[in-house]
Amino acid sequence: MKKPIYMDNSATTPCDPRVAEKLCQHLTTEGVYGNPASRSHEYGWLADEAAEAGRAHVAALIGASPKEIVWTSGATESDNLALKGAAHFYKKKGNHLITVKTEHKAILDTCRQLEREGFEVTYLDPKEDGRLDLAVLEAAIKPETILVSVMHVNNEIGVIQNMSAIGKLTREKGILLHCDAAQSAGKIPVDVNEMNVDLLSLSAHKIYGPKGIGALYVRRKPRVRLEAQIHGGGHERGMRSGTLATHQIVGMGEAFRIAKEELASEAERIGKLRDKLLKGLQDIEEVYVNGDMEHRIPGNLNISFNYVEGESLIMALKDVAVSSGSACTSASLEPSYVLRALGRSDELAHSSIRFTIGRFTTEEEIDYTIELVKGKIGKLRELSPLWDMYKEGIDLSSVQWAAH
Amino acid sequence: MIYLDNNATTQMDPTVVEAMLPYLKEKFGNPSSRHRQGRAARAAIETAREQVASLVSAHPSQVIFTGSGTEASNLAIKGYAAGITPSSLFIGSTEHPSVTSTANKLARFDGWHNLELPVTENGLLSDEAMEKLNTAKPGDLVSVMLANNETGVIQPISDLYRQLGLKDKGIVIHTDAVQAAGKIALNFSALGVHLMTLSAHKIHGPKGMGALIRDKSIVIEPQINGGGHEEGLRSGTENVAAIVGFGAAAELAHDALVQTNEKLLGLRTKLENGLKMIPGIEIIAGKTERLANTSCFTMASVEGETMLMMLDKAGIAIASGSACSSHDSAPSKTLTAMGLDKNRARRALRVSLGKDNTENEIDTFLDTLKMKLASFDNVASNVAI
Amino acid sequence: MAYSEKVLDHYENPRNVGTFDKDDTSVGTGMVGAPACGDVMKLQLKVSDKGVIEDAKFKTYGCGSAIASSSLVTEWVKGKSIDEALEIKNSDIAEELALPPVKIHCSVLAEDAIKAAIEDYKGKQK
Repeated sequence: MKKPIYMDNSATTPCDPRVAEKLCQHLTTEGVYGNPASRSHEYGWLADEAAEAGRAHVAALIGASPKEIVWTSGATESDNLALKGAAHFYKKKGNHLITVKTEHKAILDTCRQLEREGFEVTYLDPKEDGRLDLAVLEAAIKPETILVSVMHVNNEIGVIQNMSAIGKLTREKGILLHCDAAQSAGKIPVDVNEMNVDLLSLSAHKIYGPKGIGALYVRRKPRVRLEAQIHGGGHERGMRSGTLATHQIVGMGEAFRIAKEELASEAERIGKLRDKLLKGLQDIEEVYVNGDMEHRIPGNLNISFNYVEGESLIMALKDVAVSSGSACTSASLEPSYVLRALGRSDELAHSSIRFTIGRFTTEEEIDYTIELVKGKIGKLRELSPLWDMYKEGIDLSSVQWAAH
Repeated sequence: MIYLDNNATTQMDPTVVEAMLPYLKEKFGNPSSRHRQGRAARAAIETAREQVASLVSAHPSQVIFTGSGTEASNLAIKGYAAGITPSSLFIGSTEHPSVTSTANKLARFDGWHNLELPVTENGLLSDEAMEKLNTAKPGDLVSVMLANNETGVIQPISDLYRQLGLKDKGIVIHTDAVQAAGKIALNFSALGVHLMTLSAHKIHGPKGMGALIRDKSIVIEPQINGGGHEEGLRSGTENVAAIVGFGAAAELAHDALVQTNEKLLGLRTKLENGLKMIPGIEIIAGKTERLANTSCFTMASVEGETMLMMLDKAGIAIASGSACSSHDSAPSKTLTAMGLDKNRARRALRVSLGKDNTENEIDTFLDTLKMKLASFDNVASNVAI
Repeated sequence: MAYSEKVLDHYENPRNVGTFDKDDTSVGTGMVGAPACGDVMKLQLKVSDKGVIEDAKFKTYGCGSAIASSSLVTEWVKGKSIDEALEIKNSDIAEELALPPVKIHCSVLAEDAIKAAIEDYKGKQK
């Protein structure tokens, strides 16, 4: 067993060897390295052909047409293009957007930017289980609402939103629906028509493809219009300029092809591993699972070990790569805003660890992790004054803490 | 196949690919993660940042990695414009679409006033351009590319701007150095600009990777919001492998700059000596200081587009305009801005050499070109009969 | 972010973990921080009749730097007089452990813990 064991597959995944191989063919001298925009020679044509095959694979995984796929540098750029592009294009129709407090920073920060530009944004609270209450969404819709953005699967807690119900509502109301599917594509079925989404963000590196490439699905029927956010040579039908990286497109295409083929069997295998991990960790006293367990992707387990601080636990688990909170905000000391939005106390939010199991996780690794966590939790609780107080029967919420 | 289209894109150097591969395979961590895999990826990015900074003698903290040169120019121009009240934008008339199209967007939607800076027949900023620049006010933005993608003409912006005292007047200066970097020696601070665009795939690095070099006294607003990567100026999980590739390519270009330049100049001299022997061929801006690898010329009677198709069949890759605008058949804007009439501009071809081209390839190209041109003459004379 | 060798050493081999009887008049107990902020330090000092700190124990809920800061402090205060212990500054702790800027608050907390423990001890002597 190789250490450290990687259980942070929601932060990023290794390239599948099949993806790496295919991608490398387009990197090296013997391969196809032309500029896909070069219409005048074979180098350009071959690159273009490879890029188009990749586009077809990506479209196929989400039930879209290849013409509806726009390449970007990643899901963050896709989210920016979807929200800003639609808001800018449809601003005469209205200036109101709706999203959820547990969205990825790429959505929340983009919404903040749109607010600075004069748009109004409503940030909905999810239920305690992480799911969005449809009635809450419906109540937030106004005549000026032009777009609703809801992520399919949350990156921290893995909870799945009921997109088709949300899509039915937005379609009825004639409002655009954007969905960040960076954490769902390849892990659970995604069908843009079944979900009635108009815009959908995708990432390659979350499903065993390369970093630095993503895509935005833009519906053609009924047609969704966007104002470009990166201007230049007019690549991607004017929606996104910049030279395409053929090897990355090919890599993303291959990753999506494999994902489509292996989705069902992989979900089953990973789900079993996750359940085994959960069962093992539940033996420990005072642990709390964060978010709904039923509507959840198979690979995610987000769990709080009460009276143990998350970062020190990560340090203790140095042979297992996990994260507390999301990787993108891990430079800050704030407890996870996602868990707080779920109504979790700061203490429990500070004590949370996200395990994300992936394609290359083995049962042996799960067994090892369970034993390691049990031991380290014991050690850290021995160090914890809060654990002592809990054991003495002191109600921590009754203590007057000197907050700093 | 003989590849003579290195200003469109270059073949990745094998050592660059070698450097990238581990980051596509086993070293896959997310640089924002705090565990070992994450920290290893973060360290690799910081090394690459130093390498890219060295290429242009900047400080590593001045380098912001982006998803392309196009994105870097968008970030520079829109990012600067977003923070201030609309003012005037002075844009060279031979700029890449990433700059012109961004400037047009600002003029159309955001209340900016655009002024185009004309060039002479040699591709250099004209007296009229200098007069226009003299009217620039504090807060205005100037964007003129350092070296042109189509003609290779090097704009002596450092001298011109100093002469005009632009920087002292509080005017903000951006330059698109995508074609210049790695081909001529660059020193960011000596150049006297505030913002500079770079691209990896023009210097034997990977596609999908660029950088903005910035003077930190200029405030720019992010154009892609999110997790706050790249000092909050460009969110999105870093493309670690491509960044590492960019770093390796930058180091390679930096180390071999003098030798490569010498070699390219030798090849181009050979090429242009040969071209001059062909009746009707005229070299564009032949007497102006140009990138050593670029030669743009017009033919007497054949359209560039036609010739490049014929050359492609013969196994030679070349360009007629810039690849980025090759969707439309309009004549090159760069060439018409230099005063070429539309018909002559349509008869232009661009050879852009790379470090791996050989003398033999130049001979083959010249022979093939002569042969193809001759076949046209025959057709033409047949028709005349 | 990488931790310094010294932080790792204290984290992996914390010194003087434990508890004294908090009702003992020779023991001063200081508890600072809050669970909601992600760190709570409990520092206990055992003071001799002559006002010298004979022993120290700690328990800490918090990140590695918080644990290391409190562990270090228990080593430093031993053998010092109360007044000498009060001279320990957070900057000394941060420097010794090479704490990065985002972790300076851990050293501040450790300094506060010393003060709180001594205050508690002094209160018991009245």
